[in-house]
Parts: sequence; structure tokens; C-alpha cells
Amino acid sequence: MAKHKTPLLDQLESGPWPSFVSDLKLEAAARAKNEKDVNYQIPVEVVEDLLGVLELSYTDGETHWKHGGIVGVFGYGGGVIGRYCDQPEAFPGVAHFHTVRVAQPTGKYYTTAFLRQIIDIWDMRGSGLTNMHGSTGDIVFLGTTTPQLEEIFYELTHEANVDLGGSGSNLRTPAACLGKSRCEYACYDAQAICYDMTMEFQDELHRPAFPYKFKFKFDACPNSCVCALARSDFSVVGIWRDEIRIDQEAVAAYVGGEFAPNAGAHSGRDWGKFDIQSEVCDNCPSKCITYADGKLTINDKECVHCMHCINTMPRALMIGNDRGASILCGAKAPILDGPQLSSLLIPFIKVEEPFTEVKDVVENIWDWWMEEGKNRERLGETMRRMGFQKLLEVTNTKADPRHVQEPRHNPYIFWKADEVDGPWERDVNEYRKRHQR
Amino acid sequence: MAFVSSGYNPDKPMENRISDIGPRDFNEFLPPVLKNNFGQWKYHDILEPGVLLHVAESGDEVYTVRCGTARLMSITLIREMCDIADAHCDGYLRFTTRNNVEFMVDSKDKCDALKKDLQSRKFDGGSFKFPVGGTGAGVSNIVHTQGWVHCHTPATDASGTVKVIMDDLFEEFTNHNMPAPVRIAVACCLNMCGACHCSDIAVVGIHRKPPLIDHEHLDNVCEIPLAIASCPTGAVRPSKVEIDGKTFKTVAIKEERCMYCGNCYTMCPSLPLSDKEGDGIALMVGGKVSNRISMPKFSKVVVAFIPNEPPRWPTLVKTIRTILDVYKADANKYERLGDWAERIGWERFFEKTGIEFTPHLIDDFRDPAYYTWRQSTQFKF
Ligand code: HEM
Ligand code: HEM
Ligand code: HEM
Ligand code: HEM
Ligand code: SF4
Ligand code: SF4
Ligand code: SF4
Ligand code: SF4
Repeated sequence: MAKHKTPLLDQLESGPWPSFVSDLKLEAAARAKNEKDVNYQIPVEVVEDLLGVLELSYTDGETHWKHGGIVGVFGYGGGVIGRYCDQPEAFPGVAHFHTVRVAQPTGKYYTTAFLRQIIDIWDMRGSGLTNMHGSTGDIVFLGTTTPQLEEIFYELTHEANVDLGGSGSNLRTPAACLGKSRCEYACYDAQAICYDMTMEFQDELHRPAFPYKFKFKFDACPNSCVCALARSDFSVVGIWRDEIRIDQEAVAAYVGGEFAPNAGAHSGRDWGKFDIQSEVCDNCPSKCITYADGKLTINDKECVHCMHCINTMPRALMIGNDRGASILCGAKAPILDGPQLSSLLIPFIKVEEPFTEVKDVVENIWDWWMEEGKNRERLGETMRRMGFQKLLEVTNTKADPRHVQEPRHNPYIFWKADEVDGPWERDVNEYRKRHQR
Repeated sequence: MAFVSSGYNPDKPMENRISDIGPRDFNEFLPPVLKNNFGQWKYHDILEPGVLLHVAESGDEVYTVRCGTARLMSITLIREMCDIADAHCDGYLRFTTRNNVEFMVDSKDKCDALKKDLQSRKFDGGSFKFPVGGTGAGVSNIVHTQGWVHCHTPATDASGTVKVIMDDLFEEFTNHNMPAPVRIAVACCLNMCGACHCSDIAVVGIHRKPPLIDHEHLDNVCEIPLAIASCPTGAVRPSKVEIDGKTFKTVAIKEERCMYCGNCYTMCPSLPLSDKEGDGIALMVGGKVSNRISMPKFSKVVVAFIPNEPPRWPTLVKTIRTILDVYKADANKYERLGDWAERIGWERFFEKTGIEFTPHLIDDFRDPAYYTWRQSTQFKF
């Protein structure tokens, strides 16, 4: 018998999409039964009470969570998000309901042995509810009490050999696409650099020292499966700079209809026979592909690496061999001066172990941002306030037409003294010798 | 419920402490077929919606079955996933950025058995535990945030809105019948932890009333300077209020400056702002992050406000359905929603979808606003 009646939430059990309400009820029942005889360290009715307080929000259209309060583990500035219920008498099981962010393995691959190990910890010491995963990328353990935080951290680090993720004004848990592990488009090893930089910058991740949060994300090609250039202050996007490799026989197979275009992504509708001219050549944003006499030719010098032709004919076209990444900086959500996507800083950089070149760029940016950034100012905002040129300067990057969509619309240029011939400091009396007052 | 120590000693927190060890190395978790062919993949095929085949230079194959999840999931369900992965996949599985779970096997036969097993599993309420889909030119799972399940500033719920939208778009999740991939995100307040600014469809919770002020308690629970500094628009200033002859140090809010972001509430619990009638959803469309064909772009607000209608948000669901149906019928192959809207013109977008264009849809917030007005006589009647 359920502890709270949930007539509104019950209406979310129907329909084909996985119902979180059904899942919560399953967990509530499992805890009540406790077949494995778990020594629960937080109230057994935590899930029942979550359903109860959520039903209350569904009834009155308002949240019943109070914000944070400072909770965490000793020595870390992030990784735990404090949460208290504003109706603790009615829902004592969720009176404290803190989140623990656990560092996810890059690419989000797991063995069941590891997953079982960490969820057993969470079974005993938390609500048994999770997000797989939080939007930054971490494993999110949803709901426990303050006394359990150190215990969970201790067991995670000692038994499961895994750390907490980041929150607050520090480096957030970096994330990467699955890259070379299963994708033929990967221009660099996104997982390797993501793991390497996560380990290198553990201190920045756990101990807030920044003006505000900072995120790295790694996409191994311009398809951007983890949305690096929309979702991270430091976006590394894979790219090649030589020729797209072409297998003309496979091109013929697409034209002949033996291979489905776009790996079959459009199979659910009749779009007519594949037309290489309109579907590939005409869609190329720089119109650098021609198909004539059964032969596909790409003017690679004009290619802007949009991936369209490769996505459309993956068995015929392959990324080039001279591979690396572009680095773009400064994406942020709309608060405050509107949303920003990352802006191109380094058109091409080699991404090879030990990734020194990339780390040098990051460290130069941090040095500048920690010096100049205001409190709660994201890198993208510092860039806007101080100017893109400043970013070029601190990263020793040469200005390049690739940095802009188009040149500036005004000649209000800030010249530096040493850029202008003759002395910068001038004597007005000398001037007046040539010009009367 | 006796307290069981992990071994942690609160009197000596540094004793045996392990810290800064980071995540586990992903190399430990790669299925052998992926490990053996790392960086040596030749091509892939989507065999049917939700089922991918990747072929390596060596000739090795890996079959992946992708299933949607609610993201909010119990360990009981995760244990079930582990049982499936143990039975079919030698104990390996992975999750995607968009909250899907993927099971991988190395032959077609195993793949068919796996898929059948996954599709047979349902919750007591009747919904699928592991719906197969989310690939190609269809609707993938929704990236979303916490909502009423776990946050203090939401203007709507996330888990519930995701459930009702995906119930309605289930056909599109399990099919390749759209012109191009459709990416949906839900963020339950303006902070947009859920990163919807660049989605084909972005559902964003918004408040519409300035914070309440708990004058009598504010000074006890808040650092007034922090509350002031937290406001991105400078709407909060220090003030004094007299109640029953007693003077309280508090703050005042310049209402015309407030855009209801809730940042002040994050710093100061005496400034709550949720409100049943005030809160609801802004609907944004036409963003993308991939560089394919066109450059990445932001989502644009096309409906300024949709009320919260829990538990099933019928107006929200219907509006999204309408937009996607028109897009589906009208767009060219490979054309993302935003590219389609730009090709036909936003004036046509509103005409075809029947969505009313209101003054709230014209940007008036700071710098970027001007660049969204039309400085041309090129437009359509
Ligand atoms: C002033 C601005 C912001 C505040 C006050 C804020 C506050 C919060 C809070 C309280 C949570 C925890 C929710 C919970 O589990 O209870 C959260 C989660 C999160 N925030 Fe923010 N946030 C802000 C801006 C952002 C922005 C701009 C982004 C991304 C661009 C972001 C990304 C995230 C992510 C990814 C999570 C995890 C949410 C999830 O996985 O559901 N936040 N934020
Ligand atoms: C970057 C600074 C500017 C440059 C280089 C510039 C340049 C010019 C030039 C070359 C012309 C054509 C003159 C001619 O046909 O004899 C012109 C015309 C004009 N400009 Fe500007 N201008 C600038 C700024 C402005 C500003 C700030 C304004 C107004 C606030 C302005 C308003 C006009 C107007 C009203 C005309 C006359 C157009 C016409 O007679 O058809 N300009 N400008
Ligand atoms: C690169 C920027 C600019 C250049 C090179 C420029 C150049 C000139 C020149 C050559 C004249 C004509 C002087 C003459 O007839 O002897 C002029 C006049 C004028 N300019 Fe500018 N100008 C610039 C920007 C501006 C701006 C930004 C403004 C105002 C916002 C402005 C306002 C005027 C005005 C009011 C006049 C007087 C027009 C008149 O005599 O009727 N100019 N400018
Ligand atoms: C309606 C507007 C927006 C919505 C609905 C939205 C939604 C989202 C979602 C769902 C995420 C995923 C969060 C994550 O997985 O971490 C995200 C992340 C992010 N968004 Fe937005 N976003 C919006 C606007 C913006 C804008 C305009 C920017 C800046 C240009 C921005 C910058 C970011 C960044 C930097 C992240 C990374 C967050 C992270 O990785 O934790 N967002 N946004
Ligand atoms: S971003 Fe590119 S390389 Fe990475 S998984 Fe996506 S398509 Fe593959
Ligand atoms: S990758 Fe894009 S720009 Fe380059 S040739 Fe192919 S379609 Fe054209
Ligand atoms: S989007 Fe807003 S309400 Fe939702 S989890 Fe983030 S801060 Fe909380
Ligand atoms: S809700 Fe946002 S804009 Fe309004 S007063 Fe608070 S911080 Fe300022």
C-alpha cells in the first residue's frame, strides 16, 4: 500500500515512453521488501516521500525544495549539491535530499561489475535513485542525508576507486564523445585527452579557484555529438586539413542504390531515388563537390569540413589523414548578456599525447581569466568585455581571417602606442608652433 | 537503521583519505571488440531504427541496440540493465549524452535476441522499459534537468514534461521519418542547466513574477550584499522596512528590471519566486550544434508562454506536435528545423504553423536584440 496517494503522477504511468513514476514505485516497493536485507542508512520511505512531495508539486504547481545550504565533503569545494524539502514534517524521508555527483568514465562505458558496485553503495547509503547522467556528464546520485556524505565518498574512493565530479566555481567534469572507440569520423582521441586532462586538473576540479565555472568538452569531429561548442568554455572539435579520402567504387554503389544514403538514417520515408547531385553536391555549403562521368571530385582546398558529404556517404568518403582539432572558446547559457557559442581561437592544433600544446592553451587562458575575470563571469563574458584580441594575445595566437565571420563594421580601433610611428607622447607647444590657437 | 561506518573517522578526516583520483579509466570499461578495433573503424550502418552496425578495418563487427530511458532511474532498473548486459553483452554497456542506454554485441544473431529481450520488458503501468530507437532522421531522447524532482528554482517539471512529449513523439523516436535529426531539450528555469539554447526544440521553464520578499526574516538568513550582487540586472538594492513598529534590514526589488531568473533566490532563501499561475514554459525552436551544412545556431522563442498543465501538459504537447508535423511535411531531406525556417522565412514559419506572432517574440534584452530586427525590405507578404 503506497504511503501517499498520487492520482496526478499515476497518469504518467500510461503511454509507451519509460515512466519514471512506475520506476519510482518499483524502487519504493523494493525498499519496502528489502529482499537483500540491506542495512539502509537513510529512511526506507525516501522514495515514497519523493513521490508524495512530487505529487504535491503537481497539485500546486510549485517546487517544494529549498535551495542548497553548504554541504560537501572535507577539502572539496564541489561534487555535492545540498537540498532540503520545505515540507519535512509531511515528507520526513526526503527532509535532506542531497545530490552526489560521481565522476563518469569518459564515453560513459561501464562494466556491470563497476555499476553494481557503486549502486550497492548508493542502495545502502542513499535513496537508490539516480540520473544516468546529469547534463554535465556526471553520474548523479539523487538524495541522501548529510551524515552519509563522507561515508559515501570514503566507500567510492576506497572500494570503487572513483572520485566525485565537479560543481561550483571550478572546473566541471569534462566530457567527450565516444570518438575512436566506435566512430570512424574521430579526428583525434577525444577519450584519451578528456581522461588525461581530467586527471591533470583534479585540483582545479575539486577546489574552486576560478571566477566561475569552466567546462571542457571534446568532440572528435564537427558533427559535435557532445555539443562542445555550445556547451563548454573550452571546446575542442576534431578536424582534418588535407583531402577527404574517396572510394569511387563505393560512390558508385550509393549512386546505384546498393548502399543506403546516410547509413540508412532516412529509411522511414520514401524520399525517392538517391540523387547525388542534389543531395550531396548541392548541399555542400561551399559547393566544392562535383560529380561527373561517374566520378566524384572534391576541391578540398575549399571544403569547410561540415561533414555533410561524409555523413551522407560514409562508406565512400572518409576524413583526411592530417588530423587534429580546432579550439573554440567561450560558450555560455543566456544569463546574462545572451547566449554565446564558442568562438574559434585555434583553427588547427595537433592533439597527441601528452597533449602539451592543448594544455598550454588552457593554462594561458586560465592565467588571464583568473587575473581579469570578475566574480561569476564566464570566460565568454570576459572575452566580450576585454575583446577577442586580448584572447589572441594571451594565447600567442596570430590573427587570421578564420577568426571572424567578417571584418569589423567600424574603424573605432584601439591602437597601441608602439603600433603607430613617431612618438605617442607629444608636446602641445610643439604642435602650436605649426598651428595657431 | 543503526549507523554503519564506512571506515571514515570524523575526528581525523585526513586519515586514510583518498582524494583527487578522478573517474575510472575508460579503457577498463571498453568491450573487447571496441578495444581491439580502437581508432580502426571503417564505416557504420543503421540497420533499423535504434540498431547500429559498426564495421572495423579488421572486418570485426559490433551491433549496438540503443534504448531510451527516463534519465531519472532507480538502481532496481540499473540492476535490470546489468542483468541484460550480463546475459547478452559479456557485462558491458554504455550511456549516451542524450540519456539513452546502449547494449553492444558482436553478431547479428545475438543482436536479434537482445533486441527481442529489450522490447519485451515493460513496467507494471504498461510503458516500455527499453524502447528501441533514437537514431537517424528521427527524434532522439530529450536532454533535460531536474524540475520539481530536485531543484529549488524550477518554473516547471522536467521529468513529467519529457514523459508526455516523448509519449506523443514515440512514433518519431522509433522511426526514421523526419527530414533530419530532431533534438529536443527541456530546461526547467532560465539557468538552462539543460543546455537547450541550441536545440531544434527547446522547452524552457520561465517565471513571470518578481520574487516575494520575506522582510521579517531576510536579514537573518541572507547576506544582503550577496543577494544584491547576485542579480544580473541590478534589480536588487538594500532597503529598510517597518513592520509593527519594528525596523527590518531587507532588500527592495526594482520590478521593471527583473526578468525572473531566480538568481537572487539561489543566494537568499527569503526571495522565493515560484507561483502557480506565473510559472510556465517558453518554447524555442530552430537551434542546432552540429556543423553539418549550416553553422551552429541558437534556438529562437516562438511561443512566449505556455501554462503549466500537469500532469500531462496538453497545450505544450500539442504545440510541439503541430510544429513538427508542419516541418516534417514541408522541409527538404537533410534540412534541420532551423534551416527550414530560415529558408521559408520566419514569417512563413508562423503562417504555416498557425502560431500567433506576439510582441513578446521581438528581442528587447540588451545588445543582441538589434541584430535580430530586420534591416531590410526583403521580406515576404
Ligand atoms: C546562475 C546560474 C545558475 C544557477 C544558480 C544554477 C544552479 C543549479 C543548481 C541549483 C543545480 C542543481 C539542480 C539539482 O540537482 O538540484 C544545477 C544543476 C546544473 N546546472 Fe546549473 N545553474 C546555473 C547556471 C547553469 C548554466 C548556465 C548551465 C549550463 C550552461 C548549468 C548547468 C547545470 C547542469 C548541467 C546541472 C546538472 C543538472 C542536471 O543534470 O539535471 N547551470 N544548477
Ligand atoms: C564609420 C564611419 C562612417 C563612414 C566611414 C561613413 C562613410 C560615409 C560615406 C562614404 C558616405 C557617402 C558620402 C557621399 O556620398 O558623399 C556616407 C553617407 C552618409 N552617412 Fe556615413 N559614414 C560613417 C558614419 C556615419 C554615421 C555614424 C552616420 C549617422 C549617424 C552616417 C550617416 C550618413 C548619412 C545620413 C549619409 C548620407 C547618405 C546619403 O546622402 O545618401 N554615417 N557615409
Ligand atoms: C571614420 C569616421 C568618420 C569620418 C572619416 C568622417 C569624416 C567626415 C568628413 C570628411 C566630414 C566633412 C567635413 C567637411 O565638410 O569639411 C564630416 C562631417 C561631419 N561628420 Fe563625420 N566622419 C566620421 C564619423 C562621423 C561620425 C561617427 C559622426 C557622428 C555620429 C560624424 C558626424 C559628422 C557631422 C555632424 C559632420 C558635419 C556635417 C555637416 O557639415 O553638415 N562623423 N565627417
Ligand atoms: C533556450 C536556451 C537554452 C537551452 C534550452 C539550453 C539547454 C541546454 C542543455 C539541455 C544543456 C545541457 C547541459 C549539459 O548537458 O551539460 C546546455 C548546456 C550548455 N549550454 Fe545551454 N541552453 C540554452 C541556451 C544556451 C546558450 C544561449 C548558451 C551559450 C551560448 C548556452 C551554453 C551552454 C553551455 C556552455 C552548456 C554546457 C553546460 C554543461 O556542459 O554543463 N546555453 N544547455
Ligand atoms: S562527434 Fe564526431 S567523432 Fe565524435 S561520436 Fe560524434 S560523429 Fe563520431
Ligand atoms: S565536408 Fe562539407 S564542405 Fe567539405 S566537401 Fe563535404 S559537404 Fe562540402
Ligand atoms: S534549469 Fe534551473 S530549475 Fe532546472 S535544474 Fe537547473 S537551476 Fe534548477
Ligand atoms: S529574479 Fe533575477 S532579475 Fe529578478 S531580482 Fe532576482 S536576480 Fe534579479
